[in-house]
Amino acid sequence: MSKKMKVRNLSKTTKSNLITYGMVIVAYIIVEIFLRAGMVSSLIEGLLVPLCVYVILAVSLNLTVGISGELSLGHAGFMCVGAFAGATFSKCLENVITFGILRFTLAIIVGTLCAALFGILVGIPVLRLKGDYLAIVTLAFGEIIKNVVNVIYLGRDSRGFHISIKDTISLGLEDDGEVIIKGAQGITGTPNDSTFLWGIILILITLFIVINLINSRTGRAIMSIRDNRIAAESIGISVTKYKLLAFSVSAALAGTAGVLYAHNLATLTALPKNFGYNMSITILVFVVLGGIGNIRGSVIAAVVLTLLPELLRALNDYRMLIYAVILIATMIFTSSPGGQAIQERIKLFFERRKTKEA
Amino acid sequence: MIGFISYLVNGISLGSVYAIIALGYTMVYGIAKMLNFAHGDVIMIGAFVVFSTVSGMGLPPVIGILISVVVCTVLGMLIERIAYKPLRHASKLAVLITAIGVSYFLQNVALLIYGANTKSFTSVVTMEPIRLADGALVISGETIVTVIACIIIMIGLSAFIKYSKSGRAMLAVSEDSGAAQLMGVNVNSTIALTFAIGSALAAIAGVLLCSSYPSLTPYTGSMPGIKAFVAAVFGGIGSIPGAFIGGILLGVIEILGRAYISSQLSDAIVFAVLIVVLLVKPTGILGKQIQEKV
Repeated sequence: MSKKMKVRNLSKTTKSNLITYGMVIVAYIIVEIFLRAGMVSSLIEGLLVPLCVYVILAVSLNLTVGISGELSLGHAGFMCVGAFAGATFSKCLENVITFGILRFTLAIIVGTLCAALFGILVGIPVLRLKGDYLAIVTLAFGEIIKNVVNVIYLGRDSRGFHISIKDTISLGLEDDGEVIIKGAQGITGTPNDSTFLWGIILILITLFIVINLINSRTGRAIMSIRDNRIAAESIGISVTKYKLLAFSVSAALAGTAGVLYAHNLATLTALPKNFGYNMSITILVFVVLGGIGNIRGSVIAAVVLTLLPELLRALNDYRMLIYAVILIATMIFTSSPGGQAIQERIKLFFERRKTKEA
Repeated sequence: MIGFISYLVNGISLGSVYAIIALGYTMVYGIAKMLNFAHGDVIMIGAFVVFSTVSGMGLPPVIGILISVVVCTVLGMLIERIAYKPLRHASKLAVLITAIGVSYFLQNVALLIYGANTKSFTSVVTMEPIRLADGALVISGETIVTVIACIIIMIGLSAFIKYSKSGRAMLAVSEDSGAAQLMGVNVNSTIALTFAIGSALAAIAGVLLCSSYPSLTPYTGSMPGIKAFVAAVFGGIGSIPGAFIGGILLGVIEILGRAYISSQLSDAIVFAVLIVVLLVKPTGILGKQIQEKV
């Protein structure tokens, strides 16, 4: 009885947030049961960790796009930073720390901090711009990060680390040296530490950080800047500070996703497919279709839209075409005056039904 | 020295292609205030139409280009009518996502028709290259045609906007579409016309791009599309001379960067220059400064 009272006393937002956490946990339990029962195809099983990566990316991008109101098209760049920093760390300490959980935890922290640092470095100049200019500059930064990572060669021998942007020979390694990042060939042999459980834990941590940030004084300050920058500034909110905070937290969480992504692959390379602007756009699609500023929506959209092309696999060549049509149709249905009128009518229809039943 | 001039010429040639695309981009952006991500894919469709008609059916290049321009014009207007017009008053992000959807759609239609293999595009230019400095400096026919086409288009477009009635209607709509409508400008048809012109330019750009760089895949258009947008931003978005200057500068920087610094980093250099320009002059080289009002 007393417990029931407690639940009833919780505010509406808290309840909604608990549903979000609960949803993730329930999804994990269901998938785990199916996995144990051997009812999951290997295709879907291989998708589980990438799914977690996408969910974290979508939730973190929602912080920039939805809560802070800045259109960023460079999210994949921060993911790239996190992925390479985390993978480099794991490779260097593969033989030093043999305890997988500790090593992976440290790799996540390293990747996240590196991405956060880049978030601050990129954010300081970028956040002075607005709207589409900001979008194109974040896109530019993302592409620069991807391109630069592709030419970096990093090696290690008894004298320490060597870095070059030419080739492996110019590193001048001793005989016992080891090349860690091989330019466009990337990093090979990262320990395969990512598991579905890790993914779920990281999703929960991400949700915890983002949701608590939104519902804090800081979060309200960020949203006030989004809604009216001049009004927010005039009541003494430091625009730069809060914008930068949201941007770098978002970048840091993208870095976390990157570490998870990197430790799921045998070979990590920076291709246009995984770290280019196309990836940033894919994540933006998750955020917009899930509902801008709606965290639970981002989680659901990321899962549904990642699984959708896989479920449409039977249609093979046509699946991306159908995906494109669904995307356009959804946007027109949800955002055009005609589509909204249809929505109203559907709502009215159901309401009438309810009153009839009553 | 000859080497440098030769790179410079190549840069101007590539820059002219970017400029033609950027002209279309900047007009569409100026009027519809949207990032048209599908613009790059219209370029690709334009190139594929020429590929089919000239290499496939054996029609003369001029006819092929004309067909391509017509197809792209109709395509541009159809895209605007079906995908963008219902969202005229929707949020910017909704329009952006729709444009991305259109971009995926065009890429996958091309993928279904032509497959993922790279097609080698036969140049439509039959002009002999010009040899200067005892044959040390060769300027290809493609370069000459591209640069001339770009200049003609730039001048023609400027004149069209300045002196024709529909051109001035475009200016009015881009300035303030509500006020323009009150003054009797048909906003919808003006926007449709802008998309038609932009797409026609994209078709020409596609042909010229693939004549100089003859590999054609369903994804050929996306990177030049992005770069052209960068060029438009670079020069000050909404400004026609700005798009021209931005395009040429971008092409020259890209080719010189590729030649003298690093071939892998040429894209990064282009983007880095964009960032620097925007930080110094947030509305681009020729962009207008807009004061923010409370």
